[in-house]
Amino acid sequence: METKASYSHTDPMLKKRDEFEDLLEERRNSSDLRYALKCYTPILYKNLTPCDASSLKSMVLQSDQLHYVITQVSKETGRNADDLQEEASGIFEEMAHRMQLSTVRFFAFALTKAFKTLFKSICVNEDGIQRLQQAIQEHPVVLLPSHRSYMDFLLVSYILYTYDLALPVIAAGMDFMGMKFVGEMLRMSGAFFIRRSFGGDRLYWAVFSEYVKTILKNGLAPVEFFLEGTRSRTSKSLTPKLGLLNIAIEPFLKGEVFDISLVPISISYERILEESLYAREMLGVPKPKESTSGLFKARKILIRQLAEGRVNRCQFNLTPRYIPKRPNEDVQTFVNDTAYRLVRAQEENMALKPWVLLATVLLQAEDLESGILLQELTDQVFWLRNLCRQYGGFLHWPEHMTPPDVVSGSLSIHHSLVRISEGKVFLALSQEEAPSGPVSPEEQVLSRAVPVLSCVSYRNQVLHVFVRPALLATAVHTAATSNKQDIFNTFSFLRNMFSNEFILCPKATVQDFEEACFLLVKTGALQMNQQQMEVTHRGHRTIAFLTRLLLPFVQGYQVVCAFLCEEATDALTEKDFVPAVRKFMVKQLLAGTLRYPEVLSSDLQKNALAALLRLGAVRKVQRMGLTSLKINKVTVNSLEDTLGDDCPLQRLPRPASDAHISSSEVQEVTRDSQPTSNPSKHKDSLFFCNLSMRASLQSFQRALY
Amino acid sequence: MNEMSVNAAHFPCSPLTRPSPSRHKHGSSMAANSSGGSDRQRAAQQRLKIIAGHLQRPSDHQLDITATECKAQESKTNAQSSEERTVPRRRQDVMKWNGWGYSDSKFLFNKKGQAEFTGKRYRLSGMIIPGLKDWMEETFGATIQHKTLATPMLNNTAVQPPNINDAFMEEIKSTDIPFSIEAEDRVFRAHGHCLHEIFALREGKIGRVPDMVVWPSCHSEVVKIVELACKHNICLIPYGGGTSVSSALECPPEETRSIVSLDTSQMNRILWIDEKNLTAHVEAGIVGQDLERLLNESGYCTGHEPDSMEFSSLGGWVATRASGMKKNIYGNIEDLVVHVRMVTPRGVIEKSCQGPRMSTGPDVHHFIMGSEGTLGVVTEVTLKIRPMPEYQKYGSVVFPNFEQGVACLREVAKQRCAPASIRLMDNEQFKFGHALKPQVSSIFTSFLDGLKKFYITKFKGFDPNRLCVATLLFEGDREKVLQHEKQVYDIAAKFGGLAAGEDNGQRGYMLTFVIAYLRDLGMDYYVIGESFETSVPWDRVLDICRNVKARIIRECKEKGVQFSPLSTCRVTQTYDAGACVYFYFAFNYRGLSDPVHVYEQVEHAAREEILANGGSLSHHHGVGKLRKEWMRETISDVGLGMLKSVKDYVDPNNIFGNRNLL
Repeated sequence: METKASYSHTDPMLKKRDEFEDLLEERRNSSDLRYALKCYTPILYKNLTPCDASSLKSMVLQSDQLHYVITQVSKETGRNADDLQEEASGIFEEMAHRMQLSTVRFFAFALTKAFKTLFKSICVNEDGIQRLQQAIQEHPVVLLPSHRSYMDFLLVSYILYTYDLALPVIAAGMDFMGMKFVGEMLRMSGAFFIRRSFGGDRLYWAVFSEYVKTILKNGLAPVEFFLEGTRSRTSKSLTPKLGLLNIAIEPFLKGEVFDISLVPISISYERILEESLYAREMLGVPKPKESTSGLFKARKILIRQLAEGRVNRCQFNLTPRYIPKRPNEDVQTFVNDTAYRLVRAQEENMALKPWVLLATVLLQAEDLESGILLQELTDQVFWLRNLCRQYGGFLHWPEHMTPPDVVSGSLSIHHSLVRISEGKVFLALSQEEAPSGPVSPEEQVLSRAVPVLSCVSYRNQVLHVFVRPALLATAVHTAATSNKQDIFNTFSFLRNMFSNEFILCPKATVQDFEEACFLLVKTGALQMNQQQMEVTHRGHRTIAFLTRLLLPFVQGYQVVCAFLCEEATDALTEKDFVPAVRKFMVKQLLAGTLRYPEVLSSDLQKNALAALLRLGAVRKVQRMGLTSLKINKVTVNSLEDTLGDDCPLQRLPRPASDAHISSSEVQEVTRDSQPTSNPSKHKDSLFFCNLSMRASLQSFQRALY
Repeated sequence: MNEMSVNAAHFPCSPLTRPSPSRHKHGSSMAANSSGGSDRQRAAQQRLKIIAGHLQRPSDHQLDITATECKAQESKTNAQSSEERTVPRRRQDVMKWNGWGYSDSKFLFNKKGQAEFTGKRYRLSGMIIPGLKDWMEETFGATIQHKTLATPMLNNTAVQPPNINDAFMEEIKSTDIPFSIEAEDRVFRAHGHCLHEIFALREGKIGRVPDMVVWPSCHSEVVKIVELACKHNICLIPYGGGTSVSSALECPPEETRSIVSLDTSQMNRILWIDEKNLTAHVEAGIVGQDLERLLNESGYCTGHEPDSMEFSSLGGWVATRASGMKKNIYGNIEDLVVHVRMVTPRGVIEKSCQGPRMSTGPDVHHFIMGSEGTLGVVTEVTLKIRPMPEYQKYGSVVFPNFEQGVACLREVAKQRCAPASIRLMDNEQFKFGHALKPQVSSIFTSFLDGLKKFYITKFKGFDPNRLCVATLLFEGDREKVLQHEKQVYDIAAKFGGLAAGEDNGQRGYMLTFVIAYLRDLGMDYYVIGESFETSVPWDRVLDICRNVKARIIRECKEKGVQFSPLSTCRVTQTYDAGACVYFYFAFNYRGLSDPVHVYEQVEHAAREEILANGGSLSHHHGVGKLRKEWMRETISDVGLGMLKSVKDYVDPNNIFGNRNLL
């Protein structure tokens, strides 16, 4: 069941996902004001018991659950129950949304204005919308958008308003509320605010979970939150956070509602607004606090992009599926599985633009400095396009355009990241604005890494298509023999190692392995009999590509291990870890012993540390209020070795078409190379996807009940 | 006895319907009993006889009692009750061989296209039901044009020839116990009333059937039969009323031995009535209507009224742990039983005395009750009896919605003031009940109905698509009944309930008995359906009702059912800690190639849903073979092991081989 569901390309639903409708087109041709004031009568949940704000409040505050918690807390702390009730009431006030149609209309107007200038088009898959409409009518709905940008939740609400669908209440971080005016505006358009951490505060938790559950149970409005918890700076999906999902699923598990539709929404932007912000953040420039001025800053970037004619586009894809019945598993496993499945659904329905493949090819170039011939780039991108399709990637490809047009079109949209000169394409490693004053080599390394990391964030969008085959390809390479069991063991090790890095559902090793085998065998890259797995002759190119896709991660983890073995002391605290590793890496990059600047990403470093902690190679020790890291050097060392002591790349056959570029051909990047301007406008893509859920889980019920 | 027979359960009771001439309501019959010297004399004699009966008991252990003794006894007791037997040996002479109930009673659409109920046995008999046709068309999308008729006659060639154990048959012959190997008799005892069983019969498909039917007429004959069965390794399947809805009567297809159906219907005497202790000792083959009628003649009743009571037997009630509609006053079967005799391959099991309660280890009665024919045959039962109630009154309450109704029932249960029966129908069932209103002759009545409707929907603002009705039945002293009635209506008022009259109440109870006949009508027009039940804690009642109904609708859709199904429920019993919920589910199967399979899948899913929502596997229908797969999770591994070890001890050779329950 599991494996079947994961082969999205076999799902007939996905055929339809190409049919998108552009929302903005109509807006450009009609009055924004009329749009904002249109008759808005969304279809509601069929069993909805109408309920105003004050009765919602009393339902929450008088719920049995809250009552129970108040009694408990009062017993334990000796506090007066009335005080606690008061406090609960305060928490509720702080949290609750106060949706007002007038504010919504204001947003509808303002956002139309903004979007029209920011985006060329916002594309939505219509059948998804229709299914969402049905889902809203039939069951309480949970909307789960992917989170790559501040724009995400605005876009979702905007789209729902446009299609006359019920507006969601949205879980927002308390830091948004800090933005005085904006916070209140958001609240009136459906946001509710939760504290980022409320660890032991049971009262808070009780009010919060009752609030969400009451809304869901009664179908008052769709509930929206981000499964990933926070924006993904790297465009890789993040490990799902289970807290809110647990709450949202609980009414279902307890049988208080017949079903709940979980609707993952994939939003893909052709160009991420925050791309270089994110890259800088990964390299150690702290993220700006989410304040109103921060938002304005973000807006400035938007405006600048507008001047450059950048556009975004958004798509919906709704793929309802039932979560299959799984007796005899405990609830946590179920929720966890569900979360991973949802994130995978989000990933699978992300529309991939040609640029994503371009970035992938560019980053795999032999030498980032030396660039790649345009013709060759085009060939490789098209080869990769086919591969991606075979592996079930959802490409949004302008079929009517010739390959060179597609490539040059993409290049021009992202001209801040690439240069073209003398028929070759280079990553724009040095920024346009000449740095003021002299810079140290270290700083130079970091600044040259910015565009690389930006590119990486595009390449990362395609990782989910290839991650399982890539793990297998790497395993085939690193395993001692071509014995299937050996390869599986290596695969399993790698998968385990990287399970903080990619979305790999725990306990699904065998399924993932089978899926990877299936794909590689199907595409003729591997042949397999009972015991052996061999790379076929024509499979070398694919295997090489896949291996190199994973290589930066392998190397990154190795460097982290090396750092921990060689440099780290017992005094290393968790806080110092990232800066220290970064310093170590910069040194290695400068020395030329490290190839990939992308390992400088703090995301990768943190993931590596998390993996090591999980594997027990590193332990956290509390010392004098600081968390320091206790390193088991033997284990770390052996992990580093197991990852491959020599660079696997050297053993890789170069693909035939991957021509070497002789050093004489390497040219300085010329400043004047302008992106080949393409008169046709470019589109980006932002994207939604979805599914619905229902399981009859006796064992779950019982466990909870 | 026929444990298997099982009947009891399903269709929750329906008093009204029974043909019994005006019962209760007047206390006079009781009084008559005690007046007059000759009466007193007779009572004294009777008492003596009873005491003798008590003393005689141990002699039953001696297996040398012969059938002739049995018959002699019979002639004696016959004098006591002037009975004409409801259930003859040839059941097919009176009852449908491929449907529910009496051959002369059924629904049909007459030439004018109006629904009509034939026969003379029921209140509804001979009446026109004008609303039924529209209701069927609207609810199921069924039409009168699309009809699918049942095979009219049993085709004897479709029945496998009997697999006779000659030695056994010889010995049976020598005992003079009547038996039959005719196809009709055997087929009749090969099924209960599950949908798939009836559907197959209508199609003329016959599976494994018993190879022989025997009709013992008393305990000692049963002892003899069981002894012979053990001797010759025969598979015995007890058969009582044949109203099982758990596949309990199905012959296991893998059974290679000769299967003998032990029909208890001829063991139908009340052996004695003990007025001092208010108990009656009854043979277990008696069917519910006879038991009540005969007791009524002496001014008593058991008050045990499962919906199937016209046909289900006392032994079946015991074997399935049946529940009666009026359990709030009289209790369920386990509360009524004082003493049981069961013949097992190991011998006869019974308690040594009739003490009202004992602390003697686990109650062995509870191995018998619910054993579903896997351990032996219940032959005689001592039951509690009560004087017939002086006064009986129906009632009904309309609630604005189901949630309010459930809240009211819960409150009634909390205050422990439930009337003899209280049932809450959901909106669909309310409409269904409405469709079954017989034609009213007077314009005045229909005018009144219109007025009532106007009052409730317009004046009180009840949404006709949400409102629901609770039906009530009060019993007891006139004064207490009225007082009780007021108390219940007061509680109802707190939950927005409006008293809606006796008629509605009465019709509600009528629904429960006609539904079984209605299914046959439905099947003539491509509609199949069934009911099933569960028990559930109070706080889960609403969830389970909503979710199971929704699950049925979804499953039907997914399984390709072309028309929207009827999926409805009612709360039929209240307890301190929970309630019994009853679901009806039916759909139009036109366009499906294998409707029974679809039906079974949906029912299976619905049961899973019930369990997932904290409901029990069964409140009173029993497990049979239909719900066996869930037994382990229901009673745990250890529980199942306990039951198995009892089975292994009592019946090591699986003589009672119907394979129910475990």
